[in-house]
Amino acid sequence: MDYQLCTHCGKCAFVCPHGVIRSKAFPAELAAHAPAGFEHVPIKGKDYPEGMHISYQVSAEDCTGCTLCVDICPIRDKSQANYKAINMAPLEPVRAAHQANWTFFLQLPDYDRQQLKLKTIKGSMLGQPLFEFSGACSGCGETPYIKLATQLFGDRMLVANATGCSSIYGGNLPTTPWAKNQQGRGPAWNNSLFEDNAEFGLGMRLAIDKQQQFASELLIQLKESLDTELVDALLHADQADEAGIHQQRLRVNELQHALQQLSEPLARRLETIADSLCKRSVWIIGGDGWAYDIGFGGLDHVLASGKDVNILVLDTEVYSNTGGQTSKATPRGAVAKFSAAGKDTAKKDLARIAMDYEHVYVAHVAYGSKDVQTLHAFIEAESFQGPSLIIAYAPCIAHGVDLKNNHKQQQLAVESGHWPLFRFDPRLAAEGKNPLHLDSKPPSIPYREFVQSETRFSMLWRAHPERAEEILQQSQQEVRERFYRYQQLAALSWEEEEHTVPHTESEEGKHHG
Amino acid sequence: MADLSTSYMGLPLINPLIASSSPLTGNLDDARRLEDAGAAAIILPSLFEEELLQDQQQMHEFMDHQAIGHGEADSFLPPSSDYKSHLDHYLETIATIKAAIDIPVIGSLNGVSLAGWLEHGADLQQAGCDALELNIYYVPANPEETGSDVESRYLQILENLCAQFTLPIGIKISHSFSSIAHFVRQLERAGAKGTALFNRFYQPDIDLSSLQVTPKIQLSNSIESLERIRWIALLRAHVQMDLAATGGFHDANDVIKAVLAGADAVYLCSSLLQHGIQRLPEILSDISDWMHVHEYESIAQLKGSVCQKHAIEPAAYERANYLKTLKSYQRSDNN
Repeated sequence: MDYQLCTHCGKCAFVCPHGVIRSKAFPAELAAHAPAGFEHVPIKGKDYPEGMHISYQVSAEDCTGCTLCVDICPIRDKSQANYKAINMAPLEPVRAAHQANWTFFLQLPDYDRQQLKLKTIKGSMLGQPLFEFSGACSGCGETPYIKLATQLFGDRMLVANATGCSSIYGGNLPTTPWAKNQQGRGPAWNNSLFEDNAEFGLGMRLAIDKQQQFASELLIQLKESLDTELVDALLHADQADEAGIHQQRLRVNELQHALQQLSEPLARRLETIADSLCKRSVWIIGGDGWAYDIGFGGLDHVLASGKDVNILVLDTEVYSNTGGQTSKATPRGAVAKFSAAGKDTAKKDLARIAMDYEHVYVAHVAYGSKDVQTLHAFIEAESFQGPSLIIAYAPCIAHGVDLKNNHKQQQLAVESGHWPLFRFDPRLAAEGKNPLHLDSKPPSIPYREFVQSETRFSMLWRAHPERAEEILQQSQQEVRERFYRYQQLAALSWEEEEHTVPHTESEEGKHHG
Repeated sequence: MADLSTSYMGLPLINPLIASSSPLTGNLDDARRLEDAGAAAIILPSLFEEELLQDQQQMHEFMDHQAIGHGEADSFLPPSSDYKSHLDHYLETIATIKAAIDIPVIGSLNGVSLAGWLEHGADLQQAGCDALELNIYYVPANPEETGSDVESRYLQILENLCAQFTLPIGIKISHSFSSIAHFVRQLERAGAKGTALFNRFYQPDIDLSSLQVTPKIQLSNSIESLERIRWIALLRAHVQMDLAATGGFHDANDVIKAVLAGADAVYLCSSLLQHGIQRLPEILSDISDWMHVHEYESIAQLKGSVCQKHAIEPAAYERANYLKTLKSYQRSDNN
């Protein structure tokens, strides 16, 4: 890191697939006894109190060398264009110093979550990743999304993880990348079968709701034995933000303490489930093979349920973990196992299917193209009290690309129209606004430029060049039309108009009878 | 009607216009259109050995070497046996084009190693090319490498290829040689049947927003033809082999000047990309008209008639003429 250049934007920490780059903001005096090489500087920006310093640290021994942090860094030295605020360096000369710095860094306190500016990349990256050092491929396009979710909600997450890449790098037992914070809180992670992950996660939601309902009932029954103000506050707590959640946790601690003083059997029962009065965040995570394909029936069922779950689809557009078989997310023309001559049909538009319910929050994101849109989508999805579906574009080695180009591939996908960025928030419809917001511009580069940069598409030109050209023409047309359709939907007026509902004859008769 | 016939690399041509390496010469439809429009020969897009190696390496890497440590995912893309390499595709294209048109088809090759030049030269001969052009597209950026090293390497390659192959071999060179006249004569002695002057290198550009150095394709313009015309005029009397002019030839005037200077053939590329294949018959028609007006009967008659040896003022080609040229320039605000 070069702190002379660094602007503390946090992008390097955001994109690191293995959670190796971290930032912490802390009072400067805490670094008084830091190792000699430990760098920290006053934090930039008026959102942070006077005297706060920031330090970015790299767990050098856990770095896989994917170079994506350097790639995303927007700051270049004015007199040396290939030197950035963060640069790659050989490990050996810096190993010992980095080890000492990392050890010191870990014991620094985390920034108070109530003060975190989560809607900024810089602020959100001050949150501790509770998903770290996974066994994913170097440069993986999936893990930054999971890591982000844990930085935002990790201390109250329950994760239902479909079998697939994410369950392999996420559960290579006896080690696990799922971690806990300094308070001992972290995601509770479970791995389901491939085909039933959505239902598995829905079960978690139902269980939590039932526990919360039961805890509330017990609270009411014990109200006379407890501080009634505490009971009312527990029952009507606003947990919409970190401060509200923090206050509720304090109340639950107070409740647990009070329950210990009571001898009623109901108090013993409430003790076991009092924690459920704190807000939980249920995440159903899996790949496109699960969501679009084998688990789609269950996914649809969960979307239709209206329950408050957050579904994260890590869309590599192919069955990655099992070796590259076609899924219904595979785009037209991509070569994959079972589609050796290029897939004949278009990719399923899962987002549009989910939007049709009109009660589902839907986001189509690609962090390498627009990281802030991804961040906002995660925050909005989690805050929506109903089903949320985030479909996240994830470059994969199965695409036949070098993942050091991960961000470039995401940009090409977005700019070519292959992966439009948008968010559909049903809360806006309730306010009389159009719920669909497009976050990317119309296709600005030829679709050919995108497909010829990835072996999964370009190899079709080697086997069946005429067919490849024919498919390319169809795909080009498709991406244009799809964007146009979304553009039209996003432009619709959502203000309620005066509707005159025509009466049927029999109704007329009723009125007059 | 004037006789436009000529020859290049010993190949008889119906006129001096050769469609040089470009996307237009790499597919059957355009090759046919070029022949119909009057092209005397076509030169296929260059086969770059470096590109072939990269292609093989990339395919190998992405298709066969993605094992990540467990049996279920030892590859991600279907087996590669059915897929054609860039070389397979290139050779197939040559064979298809060669079978479909009657004008000469010239292969173009850029190698990085002697073995590569020989191996792929043999591939091109076997695929049916009528001649082979060695495209020296090389940026000598290594400060340890002398000009003699660079020249020797190409002479050695040329000698080896000429010894091994029966088809005529020509060479396309850049202007970045310190003694062009000497080098071209060496090429002839090494066995070249023709030399094309000069290759144009695509110059990388700096993107002012990203500061990235990016490749940039800039089509030629007629001004660039003057350097080629000058060197052909200077060389004409010193070599017996055929000479072709390439780089900046856009209209009949450019072509006529090159032939007057001594060119046996003229390559067209940017003009066809810019104006389309229909540019060919326009240029041919304009050449015929010019020859008619100036009472030339054949290309053979006018070829080399204004080369240095036959020029009214031979020294004009050689002299730097710097001051005279500079003095002749008038600023537009003085007009």
